[in-house]
Amino acid sequence: MTTKFVVGYDGSAASRRALDFAMERAAAVGATIIVAHVLEWSPYSFLTPTELEERHKRRGEELARAESHLMAPLKSQLSGKGVPLETVIRYGHVADTLCEIATDNGAAQIFVARKGESSLAARVFGSVAGTLAQCAPVPCTIVP
Amino acid sequence: MKNLSKAVALAAPAAMMSAAPALAQSIDEKVNEIFASSTGWFVNFIFSPFPGTSFPWIVAWLVVAATVFTFYFGFIQFRAFPHSIALVRGDYSDPKDAGEVSHFQALATALSGTVGLGNIAGVAVAVGIGGPGATFWMILAGLMGMASKFTECTLGVKYRNEYADGTVSGGPMYYMTKGFAERGLPAGKFMAVLFSIFCILGAFGGGNMFQANQAHAQITNVVGDYPGWITGLIFAGVVFAVIVGGLKSIARVTEKVVPFMGILYVGTALFILVMNFDKIGWAFGQIFAGAFTGAGVAGGMVGALIQGFKRAAFSNEAGVGSAAIAHSAVRTKEPITEGFVSLLEPFIDTVVICTMTALVIIITGQLIQDPTTGLYLLDAGASTIQTVDGNKGVALTSAAFSSAFGGFKYILAVAVILFAFSTMISWSYYGLKAWTFLFGEGKTTEMVFKLLFCVFVVIGAAASLGPVIDFSDAAIFAMAVVNIIALYFLMPIVKREMTSYLSRLKSGQIRKFG
Repeated sequence: MTTKFVVGYDGSAASRRALDFAMERAAAVGATIIVAHVLEWSPYSFLTPTELEERHKRRGEELARAESHLMAPLKSQLSGKGVPLETVIRYGHVADTLCEIATDNGAAQIFVARKGESSLAARVFGSVAGTLAQCAPVPCTIVP
Repeated sequence: MKNLSKAVALAAPAAMMSAAPALAQSIDEKVNEIFASSTGWFVNFIFSPFPGTSFPWIVAWLVVAATVFTFYFGFIQFRAFPHSIALVRGDYSDPKDAGEVSHFQALATALSGTVGLGNIAGVAVAVGIGGPGATFWMILAGLMGMASKFTECTLGVKYRNEYADGTVSGGPMYYMTKGFAERGLPAGKFMAVLFSIFCILGAFGGGNMFQANQAHAQITNVVGDYPGWITGLIFAGVVFAVIVGGLKSIARVTEKVVPFMGILYVGTALFILVMNFDKIGWAFGQIFAGAFTGAGVAGGMVGALIQGFKRAAFSNEAGVGSAAIAHSAVRTKEPITEGFVSLLEPFIDTVVICTMTALVIIITGQLIQDPTTGLYLLDAGASTIQTVDGNKGVALTSAAFSSAFGGFKYILAVAVILFAFSTMISWSYYGLKAWTFLFGEGKTTEMVFKLLFCVFVVIGAAASLGPVIDFSDAAIFAMAVVNIIALYFLMPIVKREMTSYLSRLKSGQIRKFG
């Protein structure tokens, strides 16, 4: 069975560093990379009636935009690197969803970037990297 | 000559300014006069009492319907209550559907359209006239109304229009046309048109002018009197930015703050009740005694019953059809699940929030009792109960809460304004759906409605157009007349859906995710 690494990717320079780091490890051990992009979403958020009406349409647009602007360029850039690459786009709480993707795919590791946020919000609510360090079902590498 | 013309030029605007209030006054009077003479018959018809009583037939219409649905669906509001909670929690939602409208979101949006002045001011009016006993009948009507909501919201989802671009439109006008056609019944289209007309009128009136008017009244209570058109213009500007300009940030802030205010309101009420826990037993004693004896209030037991039923019906809008429009956007393969979720709406609105208001008013001793007989003292006109400082309506609620927390009247004023704003946003959408049903979907037709809506905000805040508001309230309840007729004809479809779903739930075919 192929070893799989899940990499959290949001298009930022930091997440690209995490991806490059994971690519090196994957090349060394012959693993497959699953690039995961999670659109932050809570089923308990509040929407206006118009937003309710348009939600299905907007969801389609958001998924299409993530595919065309993030995943498609990435796939074409990394196609010749010799590391098998899969992509997945999901909605949900970022850290929880990365854990679910890792569990669903039987991944061996999760790689995420550390953004080094020191804002009050990050301190109160925690960061993605911090939450994963606490809750990840598999070893988690946090790339600075 | 030059000086003369200059003097005329200066004097003319001054004269116009001094004449402006008189002009505005005469316009108000004219509008009142025209509306009263042309619509008075309609208002009188909708709110007319049964002969020899003061019981409006429209209230009986709503309560009888709620009772019929309760029995027809076998007390579904109680049987399915735990399942409704599980649905809202997302236990039965497919994780693959993340990013779509959840049951919780549809419920929260519909609630922000109903929770408002009715829960704060309306309950005070009911208790002020009907005494504590009105609370019992209000709770009972709220519990029954859950079945009406269940019926209309299931149909709203089942017969909604789903367009190629992924947007949806639903509501009574769609189940009237499609549902009646499916059952081979005539007049579905006619009823849908009639419903849409009433819905537009209700949106301009009760869902807009009344809200703007009451928000202005609240602001003047706190900061002192000033012209209503200023409030109107500010409100209209904000509403314009949201519904025309698509400025979602304002709506999002409101949608977040309104539930917070709701929680704060209920939390404060609970705190007051805990502080007076020794009086809770006494308060419920008053409520039960008042419900069946009247305990000396105007109209006795019937007076309490009328006030309680009326307040519940006016507050939770069960049977009116408005919530079916909001709930129809949810993403579900089973329309009945939205029915289950929607039945929580009258429960939260009436059984929880309205009851909290009533209990706080009773427990803080706002209603004056005769110390020897224990009966409530009536005012000079013998129509309402005497209160501390003579407060009525929203002022009575404000006084009750302020007796425990001095500064609560400011929080309450903010809550009323936000509730009014969120109700306006919701009703602008309900009205727009009815408008596009009648005139077709399109940017120009939608813009005409939205601009009209903003104009009515200013009118509502600026003028005390009693007859206009009476007419608008009558229009909202006229929606219920048309809607409930449709629900009677379509309820077998809901029953079929319910029986099928519950049997699959029991057999384990429908299971929780995760």
